[in-house]
Amino acid sequence: MSSHGHVEHAPVGGRLFTPVTFFLAMLVILALAVLGVRFIHGLGAVTNLNDGYPWGIWVVADVVIGSAFACGGFAVAALVYIFNRGEYHPLIRPALLASLLGYTLAGVGVLFDLGRYWNFYHIFLPGYAHVNSVMFEVALCVSLYIMVLWIEFSPAILEKFGLKHARKKLVGTMYIFIGLGMVLPMMHQSSLGSLLIVFGHQVHPLWQTMWLPLIFLLTAMLMGYAIILFESCVAAAGYRRSVEVHLLNPMARLMLWLLAGFLAFRFADLIARGALGYAFEGSLQAIFFWLEIACFALTFYLLRSSEARRNPANLFLGGVALLMGGILLRINAYLIGYDPGAHWSYFPSVGELVVTIGIFALKILAYIIITRRFPVLPREHAPATH
Amino acid sequence: MHKELKELAEAWYARPIEDRLGMTRRGFMQFCATLATTLGLSRGAEAQIQKAIEQARRPSVIWLHFQECTGCTESMLRAEHPTLEKLILDVISLDYHETLFAAAGHQFEAARIQAMTENKGKYLLVIEGAIPTRENGIYCKIGGHTAIDLARECAADAAAVIAIGSCAAWGGMPSTSPNPTGATGVDSILDRPVVNIPGCPPNPYNFLATVVHFLTFGTLPEVDHEGRPLFAYSRLIHDHCERRAHFDAGRFAMEFGDEGHRKGYCLYKLGCKGPETYANCPTVLFGDVGAGTWPVGCGHPCIGCTEQGVGFEKPIHTLAQLKSVHPPISFPRIHEQQGSGAKTGEAAVIAAVAGAAAGAGAMLARNLGKARPADAPAERTDKDGGSA
Repeated sequence: MSSHGHVEHAPVGGRLFTPVTFFLAMLVILALAVLGVRFIHGLGAVTNLNDGYPWGIWVVADVVIGSAFACGGFAVAALVYIFNRGEYHPLIRPALLASLLGYTLAGVGVLFDLGRYWNFYHIFLPGYAHVNSVMFEVALCVSLYIMVLWIEFSPAILEKFGLKHARKKLVGTMYIFIGLGMVLPMMHQSSLGSLLIVFGHQVHPLWQTMWLPLIFLLTAMLMGYAIILFESCVAAAGYRRSVEVHLLNPMARLMLWLLAGFLAFRFADLIARGALGYAFEGSLQAIFFWLEIACFALTFYLLRSSEARRNPANLFLGGVALLMGGILLRINAYLIGYDPGAHWSYFPSVGELVVTIGIFALKILAYIIITRRFPVLPREHAPATH
Repeated sequence: MHKELKELAEAWYARPIEDRLGMTRRGFMQFCATLATTLGLSRGAEAQIQKAIEQARRPSVIWLHFQECTGCTESMLRAEHPTLEKLILDVISLDYHETLFAAAGHQFEAARIQAMTENKGKYLLVIEGAIPTRENGIYCKIGGHTAIDLARECAADAAAVIAIGSCAAWGGMPSTSPNPTGATGVDSILDRPVVNIPGCPPNPYNFLATVVHFLTFGTLPEVDHEGRPLFAYSRLIHDHCERRAHFDAGRFAMEFGDEGHRKGYCLYKLGCKGPETYANCPTVLFGDVGAGTWPVGCGHPCIGCTEQGVGFEKPIHTLAQLKSVHPPISFPRIHEQQGSGAKTGEAAVIAAVAGAAAGAGAMLARNLGKARPADAPAERTDKDGGSA
């Protein structure tokens, strides 16, 4: 991404072993212990999954939400390379890193949930391909995108080790991977919605629509921008750097336009299908629907004006609110609004929670380690004291 | 005298077929339809078969017995639709059969020679039993001729050769180790195609259907690589077994007479060879008395009698090699757990994480709020800082 030479990246530096990284590492080790049990004694020993709910939070949180969290790279790349807004270029590399970690761990997370995980490589063998399957599309697309992300991010690694020649060669072909990096996530983020269409009437009418692919794609992009707000603010606070308000403010404004468009579309679809009435029933689904909408609405309130957006706290909370909206949409559609029939119920077990927490902890831990040692964040011009 | 006999025969053939077979017309039509179905023929074939059986002049059949127990013949005699004696006396002309013939000695051997001369190139040769080959085949002789010589002599001018039973098909029981007589199947002695109808005993309808196919179409049915008619031997017993659902659900009889055995569970773990044996036993059944009348249906594991290398070779109790579906490592329970909602520990973990996240978020937001004016470095509250 450094083909625009004007952005300089530099490692943040500093100690790797801190109370925060120690705590995160503990969470990861806890998750590994649970995974040990899972791989020795099977899914049933650790999870609360059953035949009615074969997909729990390992799929919904680790993969569906985790990969949406990882849409930052894709969302900023769309701004920079499609809408030619070069001023956002400094955001790309950290966003790519978050995407890289998010997608890689989403891919690894799928392995935990696969009953016959040892067959995972079948996805790459054309002989096993079932080209009409949504799941196949998602799996292949995500696997390819993980590879593309690593290639897109590799200049940072090559810079770190001073491999200038290799880096130069790679950058020459980078446009191919940037293109793939745009197309692949659009394909599978929408397909994560198509998966639910296949579930048919088991998904509550508030979420079941033929437009689910578009709804999932739009919210994935929104979450991509939200995660950049979130990540920029947290990184700034954690590393005591300046918040890039001059970039985040206008980006948040664009994000709000997209959000407005999404919400208008969401309600238009509900009304057109005659499903809005379900939102006024006294059901758990209705409550969670309004929670989801409330999060999206809160984003509007927090980022309502340019003045409000100049406050980093608002940028942070606005990002969080939008993320919560996207998370709730996915949990609602995949779990709360999913009804496999009478008597089936699911609530994640402690083991499942520990693994999911561990995966997110690993993402943060890896982000800290990589940003401290690799040139990812833009170089701070105000010299910081040590 | 000879002329009188011929006139009698003509008069006999003038009578309707169902009369001659001692059946009703409906029974006869059902028989034709059954054979057409067994052969897996398309609609309309039953009419062709009916015509063939009604009109065909009885083909001469020579039936040789070598190393065997006569079980195949015994089972053929118990076919009921129609009874075999009607069939073999009326549909075919059984000119030589050691078990069924009243004649004996030289008179009997003369009948064989005569049938072969009179029907040269037109008769059907059926061979029951294995052929011993050690020491030039001296272990089985009839009328001073070895089985090898007899088989070759009779096959030379036969229209078709059918090997009935596992012994004739590949050597069967007599060929099991140490095989002192060097017993082998018919097709390794003859250098012409042989249709094998293995089984111990084989289902009589598989044999009859093969014969009727020959009568109707003038050719033998299509066969697999072991010479077995595809209509009967192209599918695994396992795939059409009435106990298959128990296999898929993991319900097995573990020993004879246990609860699972009494409940009719899958016999795989008792050594049933259904998963590696090709035959139509589960669909055609035996004895014409209805459902369940075949070995597995009665509670005994299949011994794989139609399969060379399985029947008479693998001990009955050893597990079959699974050719189609392998059983999963674990099986679904009959009553699946359906989930029990949130428990205290799980809710507590979620609450703790949510609380910690909310707290951390609030702290962060407060610090970020203090960091105004915009673009100024955030407050330094943390000990572990980084340098640019």
